[in-house]
Parts: sequence; structure tokens; C-alpha cells
Amino acid sequence: MKALVLVAAFTSGFVIMSIEMLGGRIIAPWFGGDIYVWGSIITVFMLSLSLGYLIGGRLTLRENAGLRPFAMIFFSAAVLILPLLFAADQIMAWIFERIIDPRYGSLVASMALFFLPSTVMGMVSPYSVRLLTKSKESSGASAGFLYFVSTLGSALGTLATSFYLVALFEINQIVLGAAFAMAAVAVVTLQLARRWRVA
Amino acid sequence: MKSFRLGYLLLPLLCLASIVQAKVIHEERSLYRNILIDEKANVRCMRFVVHNRGGTHNQSCKDLNEPRRLVFDYAQKVMMGLLLKPEPKSILIVGLGGGSLPMVFHELLPNAVITSVEIDPAVTRAAKAYFDYQENDFVRTETADARVFIKRAIIRKQQWDWIILDAFNGDYIPEHLMTMEFFQEVKSVLAPGGLVTANTFSTSRLYDHESTTYQASFKNLLILKSSKGNRVIFAAEQSLIFPIQESYLAQWQQRLQPYDVNIKRLLNDQAVPDWDTQARVLTDQYAPANILKHAQ
Repeated sequence: MKALVLVAAFTSGFVIMSIEMLGGRIIAPWFGGDIYVWGSIITVFMLSLSLGYLIGGRLTLRENAGLRPFAMIFFSAAVLILPLLFAADQIMAWIFERIIDPRYGSLVASMALFFLPSTVMGMVSPYSVRLLTKSKESSGASAGFLYFVSTLGSALGTLATSFYLVALFEINQIVLGAAFAMAAVAVVTLQLARRWRVA
Repeated sequence: MKSFRLGYLLLPLLCLASIVQAKVIHEERSLYRNILIDEKANVRCMRFVVHNRGGTHNQSCKDLNEPRRLVFDYAQKVMMGLLLKPEPKSILIVGLGGGSLPMVFHELLPNAVITSVEIDPAVTRAAKAYFDYQENDFVRTETADARVFIKRAIIRKQQWDWIILDAFNGDYIPEHLMTMEFFQEVKSVLAPGGLVTANTFSTSRLYDHESTTYQASFKNLLILKSSKGNRVIFAAEQSLIFPIQESYLAQWQQRLQPYDVNIKRLLNDQAVPDWDTQARVLTDQYAPANILKHAQ
């Protein structure tokens, strides 16, 4: 189970930064590529993650905390990423017509596009800590190792996306790949939960 | 003793260097770039400094002895657009630089409204302070991202007779200004019969990709390319052919003479497509222009 949780956390870390890097590209045709566009994107991701940590942490207190809800987090993230594929331009056109200042335009657009998926992905970390922790004594070590793995995933997601993936694929193909990776983690988690007969 | 002799040798060289060496007039770190203005042999230039490449990119130059002369070959090529679109009433320039193009247009076409879109207010300030760029009822500057500005212009149903894309002189390319979707938006603010002119890259793998992107976006292209490697693309929905009538060309030559535009020579720079037509078109979905630029 430890390996599964670590792979899941790595994937989530990779995907969240991959989407964040693509965020700049997705928003640029509508609000430009200025420093405030990156400011908007990073603000929204940080805000969503903080909220995700809070909610994810609360969820671990439930009695049925286990692999199935963990899988549901990944499945929800996969679904919430999908609007980026087919609704991003309509959403941004709507905002563009109503907000003239590109600073607030890009902030609202980032909120509309990235708030939900990144909040859900923020829930992964505290939930993973709960699944990994065996004793009070080892909880710090588990949490430390988990953050090591998931943040390593984020570093690689940033690098891979900005250096290589954008030169090879279309943005939508990368986004679809990210959603597929999250869904795959959900499916594998559910399968293993069944095999191991754990919740 | 040896070093003493070397000193004798170096001294005149150093003196010579200090005469020819550019004198820095102004240096500024703006939100977007490092702007440097220097003067050498009475030619004043605005440069965008790129430290990691050990060089600078000339953005705009002005010959202080002959202020009307267009110093850059590409700027002279752009002027050939006047032969394709003789009396534009409105001109949109994306990327101001030192403002030499809008000033020349204003002198040639006093009734045309010339709007320049420049993202960096520091560039506009420097153009006014050091390059004699002057705004008035006919010469305007908008501080905005060109993509955003043009999208707003579509909503306002604004159109221009001539649109000049000149935002890519520096080392960094705003990638959202080099995609098929952007060119479509440019087309929708282009008045019927209008002309698009672009100063484009001529080296690296980006050359092929940029070329196919223009080809995919516009019905007709006309290319001026010189051995120096400068390339200017004229693009339009109508067919583009330079007039050949001698008297007409002579008339234009007279008008363009003060700007050092040699029509005969530039007509010889007409080139046929020489790029890899299979190169992937750049779109909002696929726009790694900066990566392609540095790939060989």
C-alpha cells in the first residue's frame, strides 16, 4: 500500500504543476502573458491547495477513511480537469467581455478554470499522510517522505511540461494525459483495494 | 620592458576604441527587459540587453545626422508596403521600438491615424525622450498586450487598413503573438483590402514554423528577403503584386528618398517560399516558438 500511495502522490504532484505551467499558455490568448497573469495563476493554485489541505485533512477524520475515498479524490480531479479541454475558451470569452482590466480578468479566469481541480488535488497530501502513518512516532517521517515524493513529482511536472511536452504535444493533449493519469491512479487504487479487501 | 613596449602598442588602440566605442546615454530595467540607449558614430540605438548571449538586440536606431533615414534594412522593406497599399487611412503597429515607423508614416501620410501598441511603457517613454517620437491626434500609443488589444478591437469593431507586426525584434518571442489564432484575429481587424506586414525571424528552426503559420493564415504572401537574412512578409486576402510601371515607381522613389528607401534594390529582394512546407503550424495549442528558436 505504501508504494501505491507514493505513486499516487507523485502523480498528483506532477499533474498539478503540469497544469499550472499550461495555465499560462491557456490564459495568454485572452489576457496576455504578463507578470500579473502568472501572479493570478500562482495565487489561485496556492489558495486552492491550501483549501485542499484543509478539506483533505478533515476527510481523514471520517470513520471510513481508506483507499476508496482516496481513489475518489483522484477520480474527481480527473473529471474537474476536463472542462479545460472543451470549455476554457467559452469561459474566458465570457470573462473577457465583462472585465476590462486584464489583471482581474486573468485572476477570475484562473479561478474559474483551476480552482476546483487544484483544490481537489490539494486533498491528496494530507490523505496520503493518513494512509501512510502507522504510529504516532513515525508520523513525522511518513509525512516528510510523502512531501519529498509529491514535491519531487511537482518539480518533474514543471520541468517536463515546460521543456519538452509543449514542444511535442498540443496543450489539450497534455491536459488529457494529465486527466488520464489521475483517472488511472483512481482505477488502480480501487482494484488494489478490492484485492487487498480494504476499504 | 616587454610590458612597456606592449603598452606603447596598446595606447593608440585604446584611444581609437574610445572614439568608436558606443556611449551609453540611458539604461533602464523595465518590467519586461533591460533597455539600453547608446550612441556611436552619431547613430543612436535602443537595444534590449540579453546578458546570457553576450550581446544586445538593436531595437531601433536613429542617425542623428540624417534623422529621417531608416537605418534598418527591415524598416526600409516595410515601407514597400506603401506600393501595395498606397493610401492607408489607418495603420496599426504592434511593437513601438524607437517609433521611427510611426514618425515616417505621419510625415508621408499626414491624414492617416497611426496607432502603435506597445506593452512596455518604458519603451514608449524612451522613444519620446531619445528618438523624438511625438504623439498627436494622428499618432497614438496604446500600452497593452497586442493580443488583448486586438481582441478588444474586435469587440469595438475597429479596423485598420495596414497592420504591421513588429514585436519580435528581441530575443524573447511573445508566443501568443505568433499563432494561427492570433493571425485570424489580426485578419478580423483588417479592413477589406487591407495589408498585413510582418518583420519575421530568418534563422533557426522557427523560420519554417513561422513561415507555414503565415501561409496557413493568409491567402497571399509576398516576401522580401535579402542576403543579410532579413525577411519581411506581406500578407493579404487579395493578391499582392508590386506595381511595375516605371513612372509610378519613380514617383514613389521620390517620396521615399528621404528615408533611404531604394525601391529598385528592394524589388530585387523579392523571394519565393523557401521553407519546409511540412513544418508544423504554430497554434494556441502548439506554440513552442522560443524552444524552436533556439533549436538548430
